[in-house]
Parts: sequence; structure tokens; C-alpha cells
Amino acid sequence: MERAIVAIGASHAGVQFVASLREQGHTGQITLVSDEPDFPYHKPPLSKAFMKGTASVESLNLRGPHFFQSAGIDFRRGLSAIGIDRAARQVRFSDGSILSYDVLMLATGARPRVWAGQALPHNVSALRSLNDARRLHNAVADTVGPIVVVGGGYVSLELAATWCMTTGRDITIVNSASRLLARSASPELAAVVENRFRAHGVGMRMGVQARQFTIDASGNARGVVLSDGTEIPASLVVLGTGVLPNQELALAAGLPCDGGILVDEQCRTADRAIFAAGDCTRHFNGYAGRQIRLECVQNAHDQARVAAAVICGQDARYHQVPWFWSDQFDMKFQTVGLLPDTRSLCVTRGTPRDGKGAYYHYDMAGKLAAIETVNMPAEHMLGRKLLSAGMSVSADRVADPAFNIRQLL
Amino acid sequence: MPKIFFVTPDNKTTEVDVSGPMTVMQAAIQGDIRGIEAECGGACACATCHVYVDEAFVDRLPPAQEDEEDMLEGVAAERLPNSRLSCQIPVTDALDGLRVRIPDRQF
Repeated sequence: MERAIVAIGASHAGVQFVASLREQGHTGQITLVSDEPDFPYHKPPLSKAFMKGTASVESLNLRGPHFFQSAGIDFRRGLSAIGIDRAARQVRFSDGSILSYDVLMLATGARPRVWAGQALPHNVSALRSLNDARRLHNAVADTVGPIVVVGGGYVSLELAATWCMTTGRDITIVNSASRLLARSASPELAAVVENRFRAHGVGMRMGVQARQFTIDASGNARGVVLSDGTEIPASLVVLGTGVLPNQELALAAGLPCDGGILVDEQCRTADRAIFAAGDCTRHFNGYAGRQIRLECVQNAHDQARVAAAVICGQDARYHQVPWFWSDQFDMKFQTVGLLPDTRSLCVTRGTPRDGKGAYYHYDMAGKLAAIETVNMPAEHMLGRKLLSAGMSVSADRVADPAFNIRQLL
Repeated sequence: MPKIFFVTPDNKTTEVDVSGPMTVMQAAIQGDIRGIEAECGGACACATCHVYVDEAFVDRLPPAQEDEEDMLEGVAAERLPNSRLSCQIPVTDALDGLRVRIPDRQF
């Protein structure tokens, strides 16, 4: 008999997984369960096109409206998984229903880190889901006055750039690290980003933490108090202070987790019947050569495809070179590879500061580890081919103004 | 309501009726067309919505901008003179009957 497959979570990983299962020829029962009320949607535009108002909800759909029906996938929404019985191979849901599985996929994603201080005022929120984005979009329309963005990661910066362009309001970024993108970009690229935000008049408070909010009689924050004792006025506050992997379901079922559900190169957890993919996993990354957790669309799609292929009998392994992108103001940032923890060299190409260029980063062994580009999509795409092929190119050669990455491929 | 024809590598043609403003990539997603991955959702950042535009329509499309030209350098299948990223082609009435062929791979 064909195996019954249940997938929990219907964002990039979950949807790609069930679609790939059908493409790979799985004909048995597939059930996809989402705890959100919405049809599955693309997340990256939430902080950009959707927030600007230039993208409709329908345009965010990850698949067409009839996809699940025509692919014979039982898609259930508004339902939370509350427990896994691994011995019985069953998942229990919030409405009391139970689903039996032969293979289970955990694509449970991540959630915004909870604010550790007082209860959140009405006008303070994070952005993760479409619902969050709708609320934020309305909150921007319904308020006037300064906006404070807490956090200096990609989502925070994208929101700040969007609002800077569309609202003309005072915007201040509060960043606890001494520079932007401390976890996800090089100091060089972070400096380019900071420069551009300052040029657009966005305020920056670096190396200080948002501690608490001053609240008015209606329960709204009107200021953010920082760790240096200063207060900045706010009519709207967004918390972009990172996410935590949704690993509790796996943990409660006795699956090993460590800042993410642990999976191997085939996206299997410690239970051979249970796979996991996307932001919720800490996975063995062949490119990094170690366990890492990636929060990006590329990883969600690629892990989902690998898991589906493995389930359909192929010897697939997740060895993809990580890549991601961000659009802020007139800049398209693209990164391929992983920045080494300690690096030997950074070679600059072009003039990233003026809006077009690249940084080539080398690890301690002198091997090219990552390329960050600013408005150089071709360089990024070719860099992807280069790193995917396991190739490197010497720093000397890259430093030569006559260097052209096309010569290598 | 413009119609777009998608020809998959197995030479099967599927017709999608487009209502409302959208790109050729979005029309493919709405119509459950296989082989248009569109991983980045239309941000011109992934080159997985590559199509070959029918010769008769090539000149009727708005020319590719620099970003699209650049990203086309990284498509997985062969790049041809009629290669485009479908997320960068807005569907208009003038494109009624547009026929695009989907390459055999997007990665």
C-alpha cells in the first residue's frame, strides 16, 4: 500500500515538499496542515511589495488557488498540531482530530522572539506572517509620527527602507550590536547599508538596547526607552529582534533538537519516519561542513526537495550552497556562500559604496567562502555556479580590475 | 481577458486565462503550470521562472531591464535570444495569445 504522508506547516518548505512529492511520483495520500488561516504565501514580499501596497494578497500565493485540489493534496488550514505519538505514528491536532502517518514532515518554521519586558503595547509588534503584515500595513496607515524599528537584521532594514520611501515619516533603527546585519553580512556590506540608510535620513542608534516603552492612557507606546537611558518618541514600533525555531512539537516527541530540529543530509530527524525542513531545522550543511540553521527561502525549498526525493526512493543529499537576497531602496543585495567565522581576506570589486560592486570573502585556508554583491545580479548568479561547482579563485586574481568571473565558468 | 499558452518540455500546451494585473510568472502559478519555480516570488533574484518566448511575440514585449539581463546569465537551462524571466513580463491585452516554452530545468 502507498504510504500516507503528513506535512505540518504550509509555508515555503511545507508547500514545496508536498508539490515535490507529487512531481517525484508519490501517488499515496498527502495531507498538508497549516496553523494559519491564509492560503500559503510568499514571505519575502511582506516587508517590501506587500508593505508598499504594490502587491495584492493573491499575488503572494505560493501556488494557484486550485493547486492542492488538482494535485490530490488534502490541505487543512487553521489547525495546530499539538502532539506526535511516534509509536502509533499519529499526530493530534487542536480540533481533536488525529492523523495517522507513515511519513511525517515537520516544516514548522520559526516565530519572532518574545519581548522579554512588559506586556506589549497595542502599537508594538513583530512581522512574521501575512496576518502580521496586514496589521502592520494598517497600523502605518492609521498612525502619524515617528516609527521605531528595533533590530538591525534584513527584515528590519527592509521595513525601514519601505516606510522611508512610502511614508516620509521619521524612522529610527535601534540596534543592539555595534553594526547592522551583525549575524548575516560582513562589516563591509553592513557599512554600505548603514551609509545608504543615513543618506535617506533614517536615524540609527547603534550598540544600545530597547529596554521598555513609555505608554499613554490608551495603551499605546509613545516612546522607546533605551539602555543608555535616552528615550526616542514613537507612534509605531516594530520588533525585528530575531526568530526562534518552532521545535517544541519535535522536542516533546523526544526528537533531538538544539536550536532547531536536528536533521541529517537527507533531512531526516532521529526517527526514520520523520523528516524536517526549513527554518525549524538545524541541519548538516555539506557546504559549511557543520550543523547550521539557516533562515532563508533557498534552504526551505532545497531541503523540502531533498526530503521528497529521499522519500520517493532517491539517494538525494542536501549539499546546496546557501544564497539569499534583500532589496532595500535602490539596492539589490545578494549573498552566495557562508561568511567564514574567521576570514583571511576580503577583496572589493567595483564600488559597492556607490551602489555597484562586490565583496569576495576568503576563509583562513585562502578558499573563497562567500560573495556579497550590491546591484550585480550577474556576478551573484555566476558566483553561485562557481561555489556550487566547488571552485575557488585566488584573491590576487579577483583583486585585478581586469578580473571577470565569466572567465572561470 | 488575455490568454497565455504555456508549452511544457513534454510539448503539452496549457492555456491560462489572466484576469487582473499580473506577470506571466504569476499567470503560470495561478494556472498550476509545472516547471516555473519562481522561488523568489518575482523579485528578480532567483532566475527560476525562465521561459522561451515565442518568436512572434519577442518584439511585442517590453525589453528586459538590466537586472533581468544580468539574472539571465545564471539560468540553469540554455540561454537563448528569446530567453526571458517570466516574472518581469506584465500581462497586457496586447500580449493576448502569448506563447512561452518552459525549459527542461530551472536549477
